[in-house]
Amino acid sequence: MADREAVLTAIRDERLKRQSTLRRLMAMPELGAIAGAILVFLFFGVTAGGTGMFAADGVLNWVTVAGQLTIIATGAALLMIGGEFDLSVGSMIGFAGMMIAIPTVYFGVPIELSVLFAFVGALAIGFLNGLIVVRTRLPSFIVTLASLYILRGMTIALSILFANRTIVSGVRNFADGTWVQALFAGKAFSGLFVWLAETGVIATLPNGDPAVKGIPAVVLWAAGLALIGHVVLSRTRLGNWIFASGGDANAARNVGVPVGRVKIGLFMTTAFCATVYATCQVMEFGSAAADRGLLKEFEAIIAAVIGGCLLTGGYGSVVGAVFGALIFGVVQMGILFTGAPNDWFLVFLGLMLLTAVLFNNVVRRRVTGER
Amino acid sequence: MLKSFVKLLSAAAVAVPVALGAASVAHAEGERFVFVSHAPDTDSWWNVIKNALKNAAADTKTSVEYRNPATGDIADMARIIEQAAATNPAGIITTIADFDVLQSAIEGAIAKGIPVVTVNSGTAEESKKLGAMMHIGQPEYDAGKGAGERAKAAGVTKFLCVNHYITNVASVERCRGYADALGVELGDQMIDSTQDPTQVYNKVKAYLTTHPDTNGILALGPNSAEPTIKLLRDTGETSKYNFITFDLSADISAGIKDGIVNAAIDQQPYLQGYLPVVFLTQYVRYGVMPANNVNTGPGFVTKDNISLVEKLAGEYR
Repeated sequence: MADREAVLTAIRDERLKRQSTLRRLMAMPELGAIAGAILVFLFFGVTAGGTGMFAADGVLNWVTVAGQLTIIATGAALLMIGGEFDLSVGSMIGFAGMMIAIPTVYFGVPIELSVLFAFVGALAIGFLNGLIVVRTRLPSFIVTLASLYILRGMTIALSILFANRTIVSGVRNFADGTWVQALFAGKAFSGLFVWLAETGVIATLPNGDPAVKGIPAVVLWAAGLALIGHVVLSRTRLGNWIFASGGDANAARNVGVPVGRVKIGLFMTTAFCATVYATCQVMEFGSAAADRGLLKEFEAIIAAVIGGCLLTGGYGSVVGAVFGALIFGVVQMGILFTGAPNDWFLVFLGLMLLTAVLFNNVVRRRVTGER
Repeated sequence: MLKSFVKLLSAAAVAVPVALGAASVAHAEGERFVFVSHAPDTDSWWNVIKNALKNAAADTKTSVEYRNPATGDIADMARIIEQAAATNPAGIITTIADFDVLQSAIEGAIAKGIPVVTVNSGTAEESKKLGAMMHIGQPEYDAGKGAGERAKAAGVTKFLCVNHYITNVASVERCRGYADALGVELGDQMIDSTQDPTQVYNKVKAYLTTHPDTNGILALGPNSAEPTIKLLRDTGETSKYNFITFDLSADISAGIKDGIVNAAIDQQPYLQGYLPVVFLTQYVRYGVMPANNVNTGPGFVTKDNISLVEKLAGEYR
């Protein structure tokens, strides 16, 4: 077998090594995260099976939380594969929310323009983050840590300056009925859910409405962004550039990869993802607050790492990050479903994540034979 | 070594919640209520409410789960309320930390037929608008105004409002009420002290040094009051300011006895934990519910009545 393969390889091209399909599947970075997700679902199936966690509105609850996280985890994963961190994601969520709410509520700017302004503003800040990292060659950890404080501080200072308060409410009065609200906070396939309720597949409320009104826009955004991220990373030249920039920036530069531009683009991507998150939140809840998105940067990075991204860059996948976000979202809400005492919540969260990651790691090493 | 550690860990992760699951089955004869607060994990004030929930659960033979967003992010709190509704509890007790954010989650629970009582943050009007059964709390603006009236009587003209939870609308209302009672603009007399004791201490110190004509201090709770009390002890300026704080703790009680703190506004949080459980239990069992909202405060604790309060501070007061 081995001889035959050696001969075949020699005939074709000595630089190419043939692998079986199974072996290739097994070596995927997302494999461990998928295994971890299965473990987590088994665990909650046993401990929280009868609590409504797997009823329609329970599923919607943790899918929404996982979906939100997927949006920022996709950006974080791409950037980590590209060899950098962005710690300003959480602060960017708060800042972008204010960029939408303050012009809309206090300056009478149409909400469509405010949302556009927030996206342009966020992309500019992402560009600046990237430019500073690329030009100064300082660790992105430090540069974006500065952005974390600056953006959070500006969110508080500017909201006090313009609005004299740190929660800007009343966005709903301007957003209701506009296409941006439908795009970022609408519910899709509501007809389907009415039909499901009528046929008894999902529960109905006492007033006759289905228990779940539709799939929230935030989940569709998550799916869309993850799909685009996955295709770009695994099917395009840009994807190869991202891997190369993260693996060895100098080597990549030597073979002509525009490392600087790739990295700046990735910082703009994380800022874009944070703004999508913020816009969905502002449109759904009708307000922006200075403490929105606190610590979300860590959740995004955690999801990417659970999903198999290496902290050193050059390795990982978007699909893995999606499963990482799913694990984190399911564990976070699932613990509440089990009825565990609240004082121990963070302890359980930490233990569950550690167990999922250790399991993920063991599985990946077993099948890849890597040491 | 590592392997056995991993085994131990996974065993613990499985065993602990299973044991808990068994425990909650044992209580299954009682109704299950969920209490959702907006407070971050670091806010110690909520300990009194947790004790009240424990007592109420024992007295009514029900079980009560306390839930909160770890960082105090109200958007996360909305998800927790949705999660609570998905478990079909006998009732939900929640604060209205931000009406806009929590509206759809709370209305969703009510639409599912779950009785909801609102407590603490929020106003009676907001509670009614949501369709909740009642509101149990302290009107924030009025409480701040009450404190301001006392301060004005004591001759306060310039003040500092130490706000450790600036992102909560209710906290700003307290400072605004105080300013309105004095008849002055709030302006920059409110500082964002954060929750970290060292930062509170130094921010208050910096403000008082740069604004020497300040003669009144309003702290919004133990998180902002305790470091401020320590600062005044350290500098020896124990009687320079008319110092009023919201809420009680052991340190605040000591401050009142020593004359550093002139009055503490007691919203009697114990009642905000105990009463909703009792009311909801009676409602679920017998269909009875008081028709009015309950104002649990403001009550003022001063040197005159401190001895009664002191013994129970931090636990039940």
